[in-house]
Amino acid sequence: MNSSPMRKRSGIVRGQSIDMSHGSGGKAMRDLIEDIFVGSFDNDLLAPLEDQARIDLSLLTAQGNRLAFTTDSYVVHPIFFNGGDIGTLAINGTVNDLAVGGAIPLYLTCGMIIEEGLAVDDLRLIATSMKTAASKAGVKIVSGDTKVVERGAADKIFINTSGIGVIPAHINVGAGNAQAGDVVLINGHLGDHGAAIIGARGDLALENNIASDCCALNHLISDLLKACPEVHCLRDATRGGVATVLNEFARASEVCIKIDEKALPIRAEVRGICEILGIDPLYLANEGKLVAVVPATYAQVALEAMRQNEAGKDSTIIAEIFAAPKETVILKTIFGGERIVDMLVGDQLPRIC
Amino acid sequence: MKYVDEFRDPELAKTLLAEIERLLPKIKTTSQRPLQIMEFCGGHTHTIFRYGLEQLLPKTIELIHGPGCPVCVLPMGRVDDCIALAERPEVIFTTFGDAMRVPGSRKNLLQAKADGADVRMVYSPLDALELAKKNPDREVIFFALGFETTMPSTALTVLQAAEDNVKNFSLFCNHITTVPTIKAILDSPSMQLDGFVAPGHVSMVVGEEPFHFVANLYKKPIVITGFEPIDILQSLWLLIKQIAEGRCQVENQYARVVATGGNSPGLAAMASVFELRDYFEWRGLGSIDQSGVKMTEAYSHFDAEKKFSMPNLKVADPELCQCGEVLRGAIKPWQCQLFGTACTPETPMGALMVSSEGACAAYYNFGNLQEIMTLKEKSIS
Repeated sequence: MNSSPMRKRSGIVRGQSIDMSHGSGGKAMRDLIEDIFVGSFDNDLLAPLEDQARIDLSLLTAQGNRLAFTTDSYVVHPIFFNGGDIGTLAINGTVNDLAVGGAIPLYLTCGMIIEEGLAVDDLRLIATSMKTAASKAGVKIVSGDTKVVERGAADKIFINTSGIGVIPAHINVGAGNAQAGDVVLINGHLGDHGAAIIGARGDLALENNIASDCCALNHLISDLLKACPEVHCLRDATRGGVATVLNEFARASEVCIKIDEKALPIRAEVRGICEILGIDPLYLANEGKLVAVVPATYAQVALEAMRQNEAGKDSTIIAEIFAAPKETVILKTIFGGERIVDMLVGDQLPRIC
Repeated sequence: MKYVDEFRDPELAKTLLAEIERLLPKIKTTSQRPLQIMEFCGGHTHTIFRYGLEQLLPKTIELIHGPGCPVCVLPMGRVDDCIALAERPEVIFTTFGDAMRVPGSRKNLLQAKADGADVRMVYSPLDALELAKKNPDREVIFFALGFETTMPSTALTVLQAAEDNVKNFSLFCNHITTVPTIKAILDSPSMQLDGFVAPGHVSMVVGEEPFHFVANLYKKPIVITGFEPIDILQSLWLLIKQIAEGRCQVENQYARVVATGGNSPGLAAMASVFELRDYFEWRGLGSIDQSGVKMTEAYSHFDAEKKFSMPNLKVADPELCQCGEVLRGAIKPWQCQLFGTACTPETPMGALMVSSEGACAAYYNFGNLQEIMTLKEKSIS
């Protein structure tokens, strides 16, 4: 950000839409930052508005012995959807990427690439969503950058957030830790985000009221790890859905994961959309789904801890882990037949007839 | 979910499987010469794999996965024509999603899009017509493909375009017909089929009558079938019952959707917009007489093949591809020398690996577990 001192000043951005001057480095950009971003993200580390946030190391080392550091870019279309918007996603997505490493998420940066013409009010809504999501997750946005590009060079707004967190010394989760005899838990219904986005795009003329499951998982993970430090693997199932995460676990741990089709929690509305379009909810995107692998002996303890948390009230066991065939995910169908569940080649393409 | 779960009831499946087992001793089969039943339609193939139905059937019943996946049988030359159309600067090329990955000789539509062609995925031809109305300075071409299932919606869209006097809309017509293709399969010398699971949604349009020749002329039982697992098991039971009783009839298992006479308004729209081609080229099967349709003279001003010049070249299938043999049921997908090695869903060489309804892709994705695992071992070692 601009290195000269800035203040929090509300309602000073003129005009109804963002134009190239808001990215020029001049007064208009300064007004935008002071009004919308400083106003929303207000915190002690951001306030000095230096070119970088300065973080006291002792604060970090007091909480753990490893730093977790991650980045993700958010380009969702449309930018507003039932259950969230691109701002909510940008915070929760990066918080979750940290949390599934066992880290306590602490600080985020935020880079915005805005297409000229974006409504100022939309940007305000997005910034407010980010503020709300950050305070829910207990993280601070400590540094940022804004660029405005010409119409057509971006799609309304792209957001990048990077984040750091601290991993407590006793925590050791990893995709390669799954063992035969473990079970796979999930914190709720599959595919709500994917279905909400299909609905929000509106190009299918399919009306639905499905809300995205977009939420931060760090508190849920913290509850789970407290009750069951023996957790082997954690990952949030985003693009590519639960099927993709399970394939990643199966490959990294050289095990076989057997999903029980009967046990998969899927909302009737989401199933309906999948049936109409010929797509598989196992591959549908989520933004608040935790896939956890725990030893079978801890399954009940883990489930109970997860169910105590609002984000985990629908937690359930969906799969078991076996030694062979290695690196394979199998679905036990409702009929008792078995089939392989592989990684997707590309996007799921709707079938024609 | 209502009207879906009823047709996926595991208990009902058990009952049907027991009934099938009970009938089998009345038929002379051996494991060397099992009963061969072809499901023509890719939708059926998809269901069979998705629910693991093959593993539940007795070993003396073998399912042959037929050529009824319109995406799979599209020859490379036609994909090249699509790309030539899509690459014209004035064109917005619209297509159903699963046609995007079908390989042409140089590239597929996804790659053409990445290279700058304006290719858009639509869910209905009416979406394409809407796009034409919104973009009067562009030519919107709809890539029309599919069997009789999708023909009425294309035909009605053309009638709508004519009524609304839309000038910047046309079809690249690749619709294909079911009956001549079933006849070609029945006429092939190595054919050993004992019965047919007939396509449910094609029948919804054309009715029962067009399938009578299979029972009357070729003496094969045939059952029009829905797309849920119980539908398929019930049809197999009906087919085996016919065989056990020495009957050859057209039966309609999918009566909840298929009317005896088909869909007459749909057929009327098809008759005014489409007429049979003398022949049409199929990937893997070659040229089949009267197996495709083109646009009638009255609607030729909506015909992209008349409006634009195209390479219109015939491109031979890759030499090592054995799609044809798989389509005729002569070999199983995993017996093809390219399966899982040179030909995978990421890089399909043969047509059957392209769509999730293609027999090879279904085997590869959903797996006949035993066979896939053996292949996997081989490729690792």
